[in-house]
Amino acid sequence: MVAEGHSDAFVAFERVQKSYDGETLVVKDLNLQIGKGEFLTMLGPSGSGKTTCLMMLAGFETATFGDILLGGKPINHIPPHKRGIGMVFQNYALFPHMTVGENLSFPLEVRSMGKSEREDKIRRALDMVQMGDFAGRRPAQLSGGQMQRIALARALVFEPELVLMDEPLGALDKNLRERMQFEIKHIHENLGVTVVYVTHDQTEALTMSDRIAVFDDGRIQQLATPDDLYERPENAFVAAFIGENNTLKGKVEKIEGDTCHVALDDGSRVKALRVFVEGEGARTTLSLRPERVRVDVKEGAADTVLEGTVKERIYLGDHIRVRMDVAGNDEFVVKVPNTSGERHFKLGEKVAVGWAKEDCRALDPS
Amino acid sequence: MIALGPGPDNRAAPTGNTGNANMAQAEGVQGEVTAEKLVTADGIPLKRSMQRAERRRKLMAFLLVAPLLAFLFVSFIFPIAQMMWRSVENPEVVNALPRTLEALEGWDGEDLPDEEVYAALYQDMVADQELPRQEQRTGPLAVRLNYELSAARSAIARTAFRLDRLEPPYKEAFLDAHRLWGNPELWRIIQREGDPFTASYYIAALDMTYSDEGEVVMRDEDRRLYVPLFGRTFMLSAVILGLTFILGFPISYFMSILPMRKANLLMIFVLLPFWTSLLVRTTAWIVLLQEQGVINSSLVGLGLLDAENRLQMIYNMTGTIVAMTHILLPFMVLPLYSVMRTIPPSYMRAAKSLGAKPWTAFRRVYFPQTLPGIGAGGVLVFIISIGYYITPALVGGQDGRMISNEIARHMQQSLNWGLAAALGTMLLVSVLILYWAYNKLVGADNLKLG
Ligand SMILES: Nc1ncnc2c1ncn2[C@@H]1O[C@H](COP(=O)(O)OP(=O)(O)OP(=O)(O)O)[C@@H](O)[C@H]1O
Ligand SMILES: [Mg+2]
Repeated sequence: MVAEGHSDAFVAFERVQKSYDGETLVVKDLNLQIGKGEFLTMLGPSGSGKTTCLMMLAGFETATFGDILLGGKPINHIPPHKRGIGMVFQNYALFPHMTVGENLSFPLEVRSMGKSEREDKIRRALDMVQMGDFAGRRPAQLSGGQMQRIALARALVFEPELVLMDEPLGALDKNLRERMQFEIKHIHENLGVTVVYVTHDQTEALTMSDRIAVFDDGRIQQLATPDDLYERPENAFVAAFIGENNTLKGKVEKIEGDTCHVALDDGSRVKALRVFVEGEGARTTLSLRPERVRVDVKEGAADTVLEGTVKERIYLGDHIRVRMDVAGNDEFVVKVPNTSGERHFKLGEKVAVGWAKEDCRALDPS
Repeated sequence: MIALGPGPDNRAAPTGNTGNANMAQAEGVQGEVTAEKLVTADGIPLKRSMQRAERRRKLMAFLLVAPLLAFLFVSFIFPIAQMMWRSVENPEVVNALPRTLEALEGWDGEDLPDEEVYAALYQDMVADQELPRQEQRTGPLAVRLNYELSAARSAIARTAFRLDRLEPPYKEAFLDAHRLWGNPELWRIIQREGDPFTASYYIAALDMTYSDEGEVVMRDEDRRLYVPLFGRTFMLSAVILGLTFILGFPISYFMSILPMRKANLLMIFVLLPFWTSLLVRTTAWIVLLQEQGVINSSLVGLGLLDAENRLQMIYNMTGTIVAMTHILLPFMVLPLYSVMRTIPPSYMRAAKSLGAKPWTAFRRVYFPQTLPGIGAGGVLVFIISIGYYITPALVGGQDGRMISNEIARHMQQSLNWGLAAALGTMLLVSVLILYWAYNKLVGADNLKLG
């Protein structure tokens, strides 16, 4: 599913740069290969250049430098309407003066398709998004979720091989969002289209994507599958951006194979997995997922054992979130599973916390 | 405050028979609560207590608009009603010649009336002369009859002057005083207009007249005045509408895609005609367009035009069109611009991404969404230009005149207010018809003004 090299990549960005004002680069040296049928998500904070990349692919912005290839052919000079790329816009962009049926009919009409064929496709597309009864309505008479479905149906009705979605669920409430995520994923699997999806919601990215490209500052910080991204972030930005994350700062004292011995700023010693450190003596950020930290660990029962002071305790049903002060970081969070012998944490209580070396990743200092 | 009546749980369950039941639930759509059973906490039915609250609100709203309403009534509705009244009101003959009209009742309308009628006329005129000057009614009568028959004024004036010398038999005496009294036409007119209301102003305004048989017929082709003028007014308005649209659409579009700051700067140029005095503007047009004006001189100077063939661009239809297009352009641009600003660029992008060529995307997606603006601008420009007066009067010359200029002429020079009122009412009615048609076609709620 994941394409390597550009020979068989369906979509490829090759050293693409983009500047709007001729002074700053919004996209810096973007290299990205997307395989056929893949669901690739561009994830990143606001202003990181995700929409810009999508617009370049759709043809509404031109790359300042570099090539964008579709099916192996450069498309820099092909106007948007000849690219045959379906697109779902953040505000849906359903044509307000046309009914739902006419909206769906539009891409088929401009392709001079016969009436019966058109009606057939429209019906199938509407059924696909479970909106079969709504062909006669105007967009203004639909709810947000319904508009979303219609926008999706319209982007798919002319059977494009590539569909771009720019924060398509941005305007929906949480419940509906989750249902729509599931439906989009479902449609993707059934149709086998290639989807490039933009979001700044990480849960959305993690649940839907085959691969995720994490954007920051106009660059891809990491391109990986969701589990890789969560389990094995390659730099401090990704570790902090994806999921919840505890950071400890310190200095690398010794490197043995893939193990770093790190002296934290308060003097405690920690063993960590070497991921992205320059060498001995360099500063580093240690990244640790809250659910990988165990409490009440006996000395020697884990690679690292430190003492924490309980600052706050939040009961969340299936688990208890405890905020502690560990090695000078008072934002250190531990998730304790709510098992039968419920452990009571008192404020100010000293707790021994520990973790395995592999769960503590030594990353760039940032 | 609102408590449910008997049976607290009368909420209908969400209907589960459509494929979207789940979704409806997810989006919080719930069954309706039956209204009759609702009472407020103090036991008054909800409906009544709501009406009471509504009434207070309506009263407040009314008090807020009352001053404007009063102003509108005094300055707008009342004058218009009076204008309409004047266009049918016809008191002159009835007031001045009551006895004559009575005597004329049995007249066949063919030969001259009998002595008896002339005697009645004499009595009417004598009675009138005995009234104080301000109340005399022969003057208005003479004016009124003169609208219908051009020598009537002098006939009445001369007869009134000689009234004390007239002796029976009055028929001969009157015929002697002025030959018009021997014209059955005059008598027919007196008989016809001896009614407190008349259609004759409208008949004149429609270029119609009474034939000798008393039927309403169109005037001769070359004596028609108002109908062609109405036609020209509509034609000119349509041309101006077309021009403002052709000029206004691209500039509005351009402004709508510019950043706000630059768009505002451009808007100033569009609004400039609003801010300069009409006379200054008109003078500028005269300087530019007249035969010895800037444009003509430049063209001659460049050798593009012979000195003898200077273009006539002002004091004719061209002048009216040019100047009015300039003045009315903002009325087209403002609604268009305000509508276009609200059309997000993503619609055009969506259309293109769906495979439409730029022109198709414009025609089928962008343009239809500008229709409310076009409608509003069109209605504004057309309605304003139909009633436009000052510019055609200043730069229109003879063939650039519009119906309002004719109305003004009747009000200020010929003083035929009845005819002016009839013309004005017709103008008003045609504007209302236009608006009604627009409303039928586009819907007035779609009107986007500014
Ligand atoms: N048309 C434009 N002209 C100038 N600068 C632009 C334009 N569009 C975007 N930018 C700038 O480019 C940068 C990247 O914008 P982009 O829209 O790609 O961000 P994004 O990742 O999609 O953010 P978001 O999640 O908020 O949508 C931003 O700093 C933005 O200000
Ligand atoms: Mg964006």
